[in-house]
Amino acid sequence: MIEFDAVHKEYPDGTVAVERFSLIVPSHRVVALVGSSGSGKTTLLRMVNRMVEPSSGTVSIDGVDVRSMDRVKLRRSIGYVLQAGGLLPHRTVADNVATVPVLEGRSRRQARADALGLLERVGLDTALADRYPAQLSGGQQQRVGVARALAADPNILLMDEPFGAVDPIVRDQLQAEMRALQADIGKTIVFVTHDIDEAFALGDEVVVLRTGAEIAQRGAPAEILANPADDFVSDFVGAGTAQRTLRIREVDGRSVVVDGDDRPTGVLER
Amino acid sequence: MNLLIEAVQWLLDPVNWQGENALGMRILEHLGFSAVVVLVAAAIGIPVGTLIGHTGRGRGAIIAITGGARALPTLGLLTIFGLWLGIGLEAPFLALLVLALPPVLAGAYAGVESVDRATVGAARAIGLTERQILTGVELPLAAPVIIGGLRSAALQVISTATLAAYISDTGLGRPLFTGMKTQQYDMMLGASILVALLALIVELCFQLVQSAATRRAEPHNGHQHRAHSGARERIAA
Ligand SMILES: Nc1ncnc2c1ncn2[C@@H]1O[C@H](COP(=O)(O)OP(=O)(O)O)[C@@H](O)[C@H]1O
Ligand SMILES: [Mg+2]
Repeated sequence: MIEFDAVHKEYPDGTVAVERFSLIVPSHRVVALVGSSGSGKTTLLRMVNRMVEPSSGTVSIDGVDVRSMDRVKLRRSIGYVLQAGGLLPHRTVADNVATVPVLEGRSRRQARADALGLLERVGLDTALADRYPAQLSGGQQQRVGVARALAADPNILLMDEPFGAVDPIVRDQLQAEMRALQADIGKTIVFVTHDIDEAFALGDEVVVLRTGAEIAQRGAPAEILANPADDFVSDFVGAGTAQRTLRIREVDGRSVVVDGDDRPTGVLER
Repeated sequence: MNLLIEAVQWLLDPVNWQGENALGMRILEHLGFSAVVVLVAAAIGIPVGTLIGHTGRGRGAIIAITGGARALPTLGLLTIFGLWLGIGLEAPFLALLVLALPPVLAGAYAGVESVDRATVGAARAIGLTERQILTGVELPLAAPVIIGGLRSAALQVISTATLAAYISDTGLGRPLFTGMKTQQYDMMLGASILVALLALIVELCFQLVQSAATRRAEPHNGHQHRAHSGARERIAA
């Protein structure tokens, strides 16, 4: 469980990125923080692994204030995935995945063997293990990033717009794989994105943020869609747009779901 | 042209490679002295430059200092240090150090600074210590630029180290100045040719080391074949 308690962050230049933010991220759940660029999502995420220190308030993990933990140990115990993977360009895929386990004293052999297993786990051919990041596609790099984050078997994963740099088709695929993976591993995940569809696709709970990380609404995706709290949320989720206003049309005895422009999106199963 | 042939003849004359004034000895002196200067410049310049590149602190100061030092004429410095320290290796050592430090410092800080901050940030976020970031990420990625700084320092030192003989009678500057004073132009030119050759050889060695470092920093660029098969899969994916 991750708890943000009245967390406030003002950067040295006076920018207030986060204003008294409180939230509980329950264990084994995915909480998606969604908001437009500059709303403070990255700042929130980086306060969990102490890449950013709050100006006031506390962030705690399972009841322990992160400030009482050693930075390096804390970071090694948390998986961190960021855009384009943040991989080390001069190390092979396997070495990238094995970075933290090796630093933690695992033998290179063992760490490499584990890395191969993790690559399979995230849907990568182990033949890629000896390639360098620049030799992989964006989607492949992203998968390596996830494999690396899982390498030390952390309880917590922090993901900062991890799929933001890949094309929409690969992104959909990565999201589906992420859901399947999470069903299996059940980590506590904070997932940051500016894409509401991605937040709905991955979050057990979605937190919609305004500037200054002010919570506009939080709830299950269906709850937010059903009852947007205000105009801001309504705009943000695109309530009322053609894509979100679905109707049923009877065609040959079956119920076809169509959107606001009358374009079919699927068939209703009964 | 005649002079050039005479210089080559002087160089090839076995007499000049024997005895107390053997050229081999002068070459060793020249290289050894240059190497000490460059090593000391590296021992000071690489840690300081790396630290500045890593922390981003002291950048302005270092640019001003190295810029200023570059403008100082080595011969003038040598004279000043010579008047202060007297005959011996100390004065040329200091003068050459002032010559060698700016490129080494600049290479180290520019190299480290040029490493993608996102890569460094990611390394920190997954739990590398600052020391591990420096040795495992920044230095290997900056190595080609750092070695480039050493390379230009070494070249300048080797060509300028002839001035050492002006005060301390050592290295290839010795036959060069003797030749000049006694109007033995074959000797003077022969010694100059040797200095140029040494510089060229050292330059080649540095080139090899630098490209090895580049292959390590950007391993994918050397592997055309693999890169292509990667591209193919990307299209297939
Ligand atoms: N290191 C920093 N120094 C000053 N301002 C910053 C820094 N990092 C982020 N900010 C500012 O804080 C606000 C929130 O940034 P961020 O947390 O990155 O938002 P998001 O991830 O939602 O785009 C923005 O206005 C941004 O410009
Ligand atoms: Mg961000």
